[in-house]
Amino acid sequence: MIKTNKKIPKNIILSLENVSISYGTFEAVRNVFCNFKKGNITSLIGPSGCGKSTVLRSLNRMNDLIPNCSLKGTVLFDGTNIYDKRVDPVEVRRRIGMVFQQPNPFPKSIYENIAFGARINGFTGDMDVLVESSLRKAALWDECKDKLNDSGYSLSGGQQQRLCIARTIAIEPEIILMDEPCSALDPISTLKIEETMHELKKNYTIIIVTHNMQQALRVSDMTAFFNAIEYEDGDGGKVGYLAEFNSTKKIFNSPKEKTTQEYISGKFG
Amino acid sequence: MNSLYYQKRLSRNIGDKFFTSLSVICALIAILPLIFLVTYILIKGGSQITPELFTLEPNPPGDDLDAGGINPALIGTLIITTIASIIAIPVGVGGGIYLAEYSKGGAFSRFIRFGVNVLAGVPSIIAGVFIYALIVSTKILFGSMYSGLAGGMALSILMLPTVIKTTDEGLKLVPNELRYASLGVGASMYTTILKVTLPSAFRSIATGVVLGIARAAGETAPLIFTALFSYYYITGFGDLFYEMGSLAVLIYNFALEPYDAQNKLAWAASFILVLSILSVNIFSRILAAFTEKTKRV
Amino acid sequence: MEEKLTLFKNRKRFGIEKNIDIIFKNTALVLSSFVAIILLGIILVVFFQSFESFSRYGLKFLVTSEWNPVKDEYGAFTAIYGTLVTSFLSLLITIPLGVGTAIFITEDFVPKVFREIIGSFVELLAAIPSVVLGLWAIFVMEPFFRAFFVFLHNFFGWIPLFSTEPTGRNSLLAILILVVMLLPIVTSIARDSLNQVPKKLRNAAYGIGASRWKTIFSVILPAALSGIMAGVLLALGRAMGETMAVTMIIGNSNAFSWSLLSPGYTISSMLANQFGEADGSQVSSLFYAAFVLMILSLVVNIFAQWLVKKFSLKY
Repeated sequence: MIKTNKKIPKNIILSLENVSISYGTFEAVRNVFCNFKKGNITSLIGPSGCGKSTVLRSLNRMNDLIPNCSLKGTVLFDGTNIYDKRVDPVEVRRRIGMVFQQPNPFPKSIYENIAFGARINGFTGDMDVLVESSLRKAALWDECKDKLNDSGYSLSGGQQQRLCIARTIAIEPEIILMDEPCSALDPISTLKIEETMHELKKNYTIIIVTHNMQQALRVSDMTAFFNAIEYEDGDGGKVGYLAEFNSTKKIFNSPKEKTTQEYISGKFG
Repeated sequence: MNSLYYQKRLSRNIGDKFFTSLSVICALIAILPLIFLVTYILIKGGSQITPELFTLEPNPPGDDLDAGGINPALIGTLIITTIASIIAIPVGVGGGIYLAEYSKGGAFSRFIRFGVNVLAGVPSIIAGVFIYALIVSTKILFGSMYSGLAGGMALSILMLPTVIKTTDEGLKLVPNELRYASLGVGASMYTTILKVTLPSAFRSIATGVVLGIARAAGETAPLIFTALFSYYYITGFGDLFYEMGSLAVLIYNFALEPYDAQNKLAWAASFILVLSILSVNIFSRILAAFTEKTKRV
Repeated sequence: MEEKLTLFKNRKRFGIEKNIDIIFKNTALVLSSFVAIILLGIILVVFFQSFESFSRYGLKFLVTSEWNPVKDEYGAFTAIYGTLVTSFLSLLITIPLGVGTAIFITEDFVPKVFREIIGSFVELLAAIPSVVLGLWAIFVMEPFFRAFFVFLHNFFGWIPLFSTEPTGRNSLLAILILVVMLLPIVTSIARDSLNQVPKKLRNAAYGIGASRWKTIFSVILPAALSGIMAGVLLALGRAMGETMAVTMIIGNSNAFSWSLLSPGYTISSMLANQFGEADGSQVSSLFYAAFVLMILSLVVNIFAQWLVKKFSLKY
């Protein structure tokens, strides 16, 4: 049975059950349980090395591309464990899109950047319409409608990142994963991308890793705080874990854990 | 108190001067032969160039003054190198793709990379010996012995490591973000490779491959007992299965002839060979330098 | 199995696309293993072809220098000796020249533009086909050095290496043309290794008052040594296998002589000369010689690779 059970509430789109991820013998994150709600923006925050990016990448099997990376536990999406042997990772990535830390447009025209993904996903409709609507949703249309045939690299960093978001939207995924999408950008571009995210929330579920707590506070409904502790065997290595998961409001105003309190008040991280 | 002024006679300053001059001399000795060689070939070989050279067959060595032309050798070199490329490029690019895109640094890929380096170090004459044993002496190619086809195969063995290496290294230079971008929108691995990574690495791979072809075009040792030599025009497809001349073997054969006319032909062939190889090299260097400058940050 | 997977509900990757993906990967896998197949093929074919000669002469083949197709007696000592002597002696000349040039290119004696021009000039030398170098050696180098060889013989004739009257082509010319061929290899690898030495090492030495050459000899060269060594070994492998230029200038004589001023032989020049016309057990003996050459160059190359791997992680 690839399709499991059971009592996952309908509004939960993605669910981690006892997930541990290792690189070779090094364990990066341990025993994560977490449910992501449909239509929400969820932030993953935490100090460097706590494994939040690792968790994010595991959600659409981008971790497959890293040699030696292995995952234990289940990641349920649409009632299916996406780590089941029979699941095609390419299929997963078509339904769970990803925006990366560094803007990474293809070395093609702006138009082609968006058409590429749609085409390989078997899009048969009017490509011009799709390109325009995707660019509009990513709030990039007005800036680039006159130069759709220019290279994606002719855009500024912030525009490139929005192009990458548009590219992801174009394949109409159910979930969009964003790995620190603004860390390479200036404040104005960051703000624009945050506005874009608010727009996208209407149609998509978004999970975002961010280093910027203000950003988490501004954009997200839910926040997951990851932390890292030293191994019990005390050889100095650290393993990440999910310390607290709650609505953003609660995490920032009345965290239950002491470490969460310390982290959001800037005592470490 | 020691003076802070530079003292010529100080042993370390004399030593420094001495070694500096020594390294200058080394550099001079290193580049002088090249300058001599290239100028000599250009003058000596260039002065033999006539229109007939490109159209005539070479005359068999004898004491007549007219040696004829190098047309069969010129065409032969083109054909043999093309055969070698047809074999080595698909195999090499495919192998390079596997190493760079699919392998995860396991034992197999380490073994193959090791093998590529070892194969690159195999003496070129051994490639000829191998093809001789495998193809020429067995007459496996429709009963033909020495043939242009066998020569091309021998050359392809020499090209293969170069092609694999440049593909492997060219693909590894493509930033992973680009792969993630493509896979992240749900592209299959082969679409990603064919549509995104390979086009991005195209220029560096092409440069390496062209340099490999240029090197192969000048190789002689693998041809002297696989393709052998021929004095006659190449007239049709069937000639692939017979002895075939090449510029390199022509130079070898005619350099050792006691007749001045044949020697001159060897110089003319050298001129053409060196000029084309050097221009390919210089052109690719300029292209590489240009690419480096315009590369995105 | 009639199981409906929700994940595959829409935009399904069609079976055909999935199959192409798998076929593509496996094709690449097969193509990459061609390298191993060819390499093993070469070793096996050359070994089996030499088997007849090997079983007849055994290791005696390596130490006798009779090579007589008429009497059917074969021994490759002259050729093996020639291969080793020409390659080692040419390397002996090339190493200081090449490393010296590499130092000149990596230090700032002259503006960068000139150094880059010299650097690419030397590398261009590597692109010149060896048969052209052979031609040049016959018609330019040999006459150029003739007087010098006579001088060598007249004044140093008491040394066995120069004990014969120079008569045209000889081993020393082969050594010199090999130097021209090896120089680019040693120079460019030495240059790369020197460039890889971290700047902080140089600064450290300058900081405690070392002079330029003190720094080069006691800090930079030792740090670059493993890379240079690997380059030298690659050049050695190349020298042993080099065929055309050597064949054209060495004189091709199987008569053994200690003197570099007499014609000599190498394994590869023997192959080039005799393979086309050989028959009978001569062919097997030539394969045996080829096998020896292959083992020699394999050993040198593998050792070079091992050296690169072992020391490349240091910095």
